[in-house]
Amino acid sequence: MAAELALDIVKTYSGRVPIRARIRYPVDAATVLILFGPSGAGKSTILRSVAGLEWPEEGRIRFVSRTWLDTKSDIRVSPQDRHIGYMSQDYALFPRYTVAGNVAYGLGHLSAQERKARVSEVLDLFQLRGLEHAKPRQLSGGQQQRVALARAVAPRPLLLLLDEPLSALDAPARIYLRDELRRLLKQLALPSIIVTHDWAEALTLGDLMAVVSGGEVLQTGTPMDVFSRPRNAEVAHAVGIETVVKGQVVWAAAGMFRIDVNGVMVNAIEGEAYGPDVYVCIRAEDIAIERGPIAASSARNQLAGTVTAVAVLGALARVTLHCGFPLVATVTRSSVDDLQLVPGQAVTAVIKAGAVHLVSRQDH
Amino acid sequence: MNWVAIWVTCKLAGLTACALLVVGLPIAYWLSYSHWRWKFLIESVIALPLVLPPTVLGFYILLAIGPHSPFGRLYTELVGHPLPFTFEGLLLASILYSLPFAVQPFAAAFEQVDRRLIEASWTLGVSKLQTFFRLIVPLSTAGLVTGAVLSFAHTMGEFGVVLMIGGNLEGSTRTVSIDMYDEVQALNYAGAAKTALFLLVVSYAVLLLVYAVNRNVWAAWPQK
Repeated sequence: MAAELALDIVKTYSGRVPIRARIRYPVDAATVLILFGPSGAGKSTILRSVAGLEWPEEGRIRFVSRTWLDTKSDIRVSPQDRHIGYMSQDYALFPRYTVAGNVAYGLGHLSAQERKARVSEVLDLFQLRGLEHAKPRQLSGGQQQRVALARAVAPRPLLLLLDEPLSALDAPARIYLRDELRRLLKQLALPSIIVTHDWAEALTLGDLMAVVSGGEVLQTGTPMDVFSRPRNAEVAHAVGIETVVKGQVVWAAAGMFRIDVNGVMVNAIEGEAYGPDVYVCIRAEDIAIERGPIAASSARNQLAGTVTAVAVLGALARVTLHCGFPLVATVTRSSVDDLQLVPGQAVTAVIKAGAVHLVSRQDH
Repeated sequence: MNWVAIWVTCKLAGLTACALLVVGLPIAYWLSYSHWRWKFLIESVIALPLVLPPTVLGFYILLAIGPHSPFGRLYTELVGHPLPFTFEGLLLASILYSLPFAVQPFAAAFEQVDRRLIEASWTLGVSKLQTFFRLIVPLSTAGLVTGAVLSFAHTMGEFGVVLMIGGNLEGSTRTVSIDMYDEVQALNYAGAAKTALFLLVVSYAVLLLVYAVNRNVWAAWPQK
């Protein structure tokens, strides 16, 4: 049997979209699976079903060689017996326990000596030394997150489940902690499932990504693949960003960045400093198309290219360009006619530098 | 003042409060966390002593534990004497009579505990019972103290139920409030005044304790 998490569940709610999810996630390589989608899509419910905190009416969940749920055979394994680490959105730290007490909470099966050693080991790993005796309310958001993660991994779970791990933090901390979380997850080498609606988090943290929308899993693949090659319009809408390409920062000063993407120079304005390897992300609606070469304007990026495909979807059209790298733009249907956009047509893609988003990248 | 009656009353109230801590906790836990759709039926039964005249409650308890009921016969066979008009019978009646005063504050406190904390505990491999004692009880201390103290105070002052079940036997079932009634009947107003003042002071002290506990006036009391 392949080492995987196989899930096929149905859960209905009165007055809400039912969840019919099917996921196969190989866990042997300690990869990170992202459940990505808009809020209310059912991501958290899927995660909670894996944790055993939510009981689907129908379906099966199998983890490696163990069946956690099989409604047909009436198998329902309790969360206590699944050996998972689960972290909820607000971290749910135990308010009466200290940091060390929180970390030790799930280690009741160990002897006092082993427990002490394990707590100390985990505190070191999560850089919580000096905070052992602090109560949760004395900690910053980032520290609370580390404690919650430390508590979840202390009993050596087989699978780690994180529900929106960064959403409780404010924006500046979130970007820094996103990279830190990536580093910790790689260090832990634990199969992990992370729920998020933030595409930058998905790109940074994920090895695999499943797009969840309307209670269903629409597409699974590497985050970059799913973002840049959505299977259909529904996926494209759910992910919200259509161009994701790898690039290298060649010049940076005062929030201005110049990135080399396949030999093409792209300018970006970003508030944060980024390493040389980045993902360049552009929303389809932030790209304007002009016919042929144009005179210089205030927009920072004018990329010459050709149209490779045009797909009309109601009043809008999805135009795929090649400008040294693939680029997807959304324009109105009337501009398709006005600009005579057909495959092979030479055009210029105009993108404001502020619409080019950078996400730091460590090649997996 | 009748010190024997005060001793009987304090013993009765103390044992009732202790018994309710044991009996009330599982009932309150069930009321807080059960999703059973007919739960309100049980909730109403538990709240019944709040609205029922004590004499009515006492009457039914008397029937239930009397020598003509199966329970009463069983008790008489096992112990050798019938339950009514004994301290034990009075204790049983007091437990039932004060049940809502313990269970409702307990259940309210349990409901205040964040569900996500409980789920976090479960996913850490800690059983439901262990989670109850390691997480839920420490987070509900104010509610537990309130419930215990209120049931103690309520038992101190009970009159109708005691009269129906316990009778008025010096040293075993004569409580303070009955003793005071006897004083008034005997036109001993000075004795009654002393007893009344005693009950007033005790009741006020108890309420002070309940409100103080719920307002975290002591710094030593763990804060939320």
